Amino acid sequence: MQASIKIPAAPELAYLLRLADTCLISGQRLGEWCGHGPILEEDIALSNMALDLIGQARALLTLAGQRSGQCGGQGYDEDQLAFLRDEGDYRNPTLAELPRGDFAFTILRNLMLSTWLKLMWQRLGESSDAELAAIAGKALKEARYHQQHAADWAVRLGDGSDESRRRCVVALDRLWPYTPELFEDDAVDAAAVAADLGPAWAQLREPWLAEIGEVLGEAKLAVPPAPTFRSSGKSGRHSEHMGYLLAEMQYLQRAYPGGAW
Amino acid sequence: MYTQAMDTLREEGGQPVLRTAEEAALQQRFDQRIDAGDFIEAKDWMPENYRKTLLRQISQHAHSEIVGMLPEGNWITRAPTLKRKAILLAKVQDEGGHGLYLYAAAETLGTSRDQMLDALHTGKAKYSSIFNYPTLTWADVGAIGWLVDGAAIMNQVPICRCSYAPYARAMVRICREESFHQRQGYDSLLVMMKNGTEAQKAMVQDAVNRWWWPCLMMFGPPDDQSPNSAQGMRWGIKRVSNDTLRQKFVDAAAQQAAVLGVTFPDPDLRWNEESQHWDYGAIDWSEFWRVVGGDGPCNRERLADRVQAWEEGEWVREAALAHARKSELKEAA
Repeated sequence: MQASIKIPAAPELAYLLRLADTCLISGQRLGEWCGHGPILEEDIALSNMALDLIGQARALLTLAGQRSGQCGGQGYDEDQLAFLRDEGDYRNPTLAELPRGDFAFTILRNLMLSTWLKLMWQRLGESSDAELAAIAGKALKEARYHQQHAADWAVRLGDGSDESRRRCVVALDRLWPYTPELFEDDAVDAAAVAADLGPAWAQLREPWLAEIGEVLGEAKLAVPPAPTFRSSGKSGRHSEHMGYLLAEMQYLQRAYPGGAW
Repeated sequence: MYTQAMDTLREEGGQPVLRTAEEAALQQRFDQRIDAGDFIEAKDWMPENYRKTLLRQISQHAHSEIVGMLPEGNWITRAPTLKRKAILLAKVQDEGGHGLYLYAAAETLGTSRDQMLDALHTGKAKYSSIFNYPTLTWADVGAIGWLVDGAAIMNQVPICRCSYAPYARAMVRICREESFHQRQGYDSLLVMMKNGTEAQKAMVQDAVNRWWWPCLMMFGPPDDQSPNSAQGMRWGIKRVSNDTLRQKFVDAAAQQAAVLGVTFPDPDLRWNEESQHWDYGAIDWSEFWRVVGGDGPCNRERLADRVQAWEEGEWVREAALAHARKSELKEAA
């Protein structure tokens, strides 16, 4: 079996990996819909978004792999980072790794994450890291579309039938407790702000709440109360679901050491 | 991805009975246009059997595309690199797109997509039997690209000249994408065979062993057991016979296998200097008919997966309609 790689504990790297893993793990979950969508057009749309997210993850992981080499660690390529880390070295917020659920769950999570990513990419366009800024410029266009798609469906489902509304309420209730993690700061954020690399995650909170509130209002869905629970995926402590996701995603790289693909 | 050559007219029993002089004149004009190599458009008069045959063929082709998303989709979450994951996602998504063009082309013949899907879900409509085989390893994804898509291209390129224009137009675009799919499938196997480990090479050979014979069956029964192919040829729906296409495929694949460094599981496969073609061994047609008849390794699972996705999506489709009705009422008020 292929052994795991070691990640240097540099804040700049953690900042990049949090974002890269959010894209990677979201893309992995959305890819599960391929061939199983409720209607052919949506099957294609969800696969397309998975493809965009995997593309964003590739660009960010490539950059992170280079930065790893520059901050005292070993340099890595995108696949080593994607497939050969231990679970605790994945830095996505827990929200991204929750199982795909039904279409309402997927749509509402997409709304939350695409809105968050859009706000993040907008700010990263100003990053002092020119490569990160360039990645953000391209990804922003994709995130805008993803957000629009999710918002359109959130309104259709929230203000559609009794059943679709019921499912939206259940999904929101299950998703909302994982949202505070998207806006909590720590030393990684402080270092990113100090280096002009990108915003502290907390800076996205107000605009995110405003945009989400607007869509949920149109969808006639109430914003759930603020939870006291705090998820911790971005620090490397994930949910029970992450191990299964990684076992599946990493299987070939782990089982065929030294393979060429 | 592909529809296998079907004996589409078997149940129709040949030519329709002509009842009026007007119909006879229309039939004569239709025949002249076919003979002249003209294309038939959706609004043109066409014999009822021509319409039914096309509808069945195009809808089967569309069903094959969306059922065909399942065996390869099985590996999206386990793709070994991000590049391969992206390629596979894009490819499977292309198959969904092909399904869309083809359902749209079939709808021009007067049947809705919902009606066609209902025929699939209730087992009345068929799809290509090749998708009733399982994808057991990652190399199956490459083998499908190389061999299944390769066989599909052999079958589909002539359909770009199909006499029914909406189908022909859809096929032009589909063939371009299929050609790309075949190259990426071959490329992924080539990387494993040239730079991979022994375990990977064994995985590739195993996949080729399992897919070879089902791929040869994709061209349909031998010409002498495909009596209705003649009518398809007459109508310009079918352009090249099953055995001719199969031979063309074997000739191309034999050379590609040599470059790849794999063998086919056929001791009778050898170059024939006299015919300038590759001879191949007897195909087990009993397996073909068994799988077409519903008893392949994955027939029940594939159909159940499609039905499950459709049933689980019902509330989504209803919600979209309910929302659209509300929006219309709001606009009208």
